[in-house]
Amino acid sequence: MTSDNPHPPDNPRPWDEGTPVPLYVITGGEGSSAKTFDLVTLIATRSAPEPSMQPEQAAILSMCEYPLSVAEVSAYLSLPFSVVTVLLSQLVDDERVEAIAPVPVAAFPDRGLLEAVIHGLRRL
Amino acid sequence: MDYGDSDTLRAGPRDTDLLLPHGARGVKVVVVGGFGVGKTTMVGAVSEIPPLTTEERMTQAGVGIDHNPGASGKNTTTVAMDFGRISINEELILYLFGTPGQERFWFLWNGIFQGALGAVVLVDTRRIEVCFEVITRLEDRRVPFVVAVNTFPEAPQYPLPELRTALALSDSVPLVTCDARDRASCRDALLSLMVYLCSLAAQETA
Repeated sequence: MTSDNPHPPDNPRPWDEGTPVPLYVITGGEGSSAKTFDLVTLIATRSAPEPSMQPEQAAILSMCEYPLSVAEVSAYLSLPFSVVTVLLSQLVDDERVEAIAPVPVAAFPDRGLLEAVIHGLRRL
Repeated sequence: MDYGDSDTLRAGPRDTDLLLPHGARGVKVVVVGGFGVGKTTMVGAVSEIPPLTTEERMTQAGVGIDHNPGASGKNTTTVAMDFGRISINEELILYLFGTPGQERFWFLWNGIFQGALGAVVLVDTRRIEVCFEVITRLEDRRVPFVVAVNTFPEAPQYPLPELRTALALSDSVPLVTCDARDRASCRDALLSLMVYLCSLAAQETA
């Protein structure tokens, strides 16, 4: 409808109620890799927390001893997703956590992936 | 919201929660529908952990928007999204997100539909009009979806063909009934999505 939409990839159409901006944009884009986190990117700790660390970052290292998704980290810390991605960007840059990207899903998901999910769901 | 002023933040899964194996990867499915349609109930019915809530804050950017010339402050809104998860196997963790039907929320959380396997559109027959826009938007974005009618005891029951017509659903899109409180019923709705995705994949390679 308009050619000057500020969010072309995800939002081809303008909204009636204004354009919302996620917090990482508002905070000035601290942590350039923040945008690469998906809700289901899994976070796994690589080094133990240190006393000098920010409490939130120490908490992330403690809770991700076994992997957790970014969504879970956000939920357990009661922090917005975008704030968590900024914290995680720093931890990834410092090689304190590993970020495991989600299974890539093409326009038509891989048959083997779908069959695995079907098999798993049937056991529920 | 409490930003954690304590320096001994002890957040994380409960001791009883299943821990995820190292080496696993995530994949997601979105449950989308209007307010009160049972998204969180459905997520909770199949999730191996109690449903959790992630939230995002958004503000009106004001880019090309000037409806409110008198107001100088930004409006900030918090949008919450409940989710759960199912360990499919040692390598694959399926996350389910219950998402509001309004498109303006969909790109918070880095585009909830980006990389999603597909969606379950949850319908309440008392407020069927809520789904029209959701369905149109999913079609526009080429997100594959199935439609699940949540069988609230107090909601009017319609035959599925009538609902299909009312929703202007194409014959190829699966339409199922579902009791969002019931694990097996929700599992079956998810299975119908997976089987549908398989059929789409088969068409593509044929």
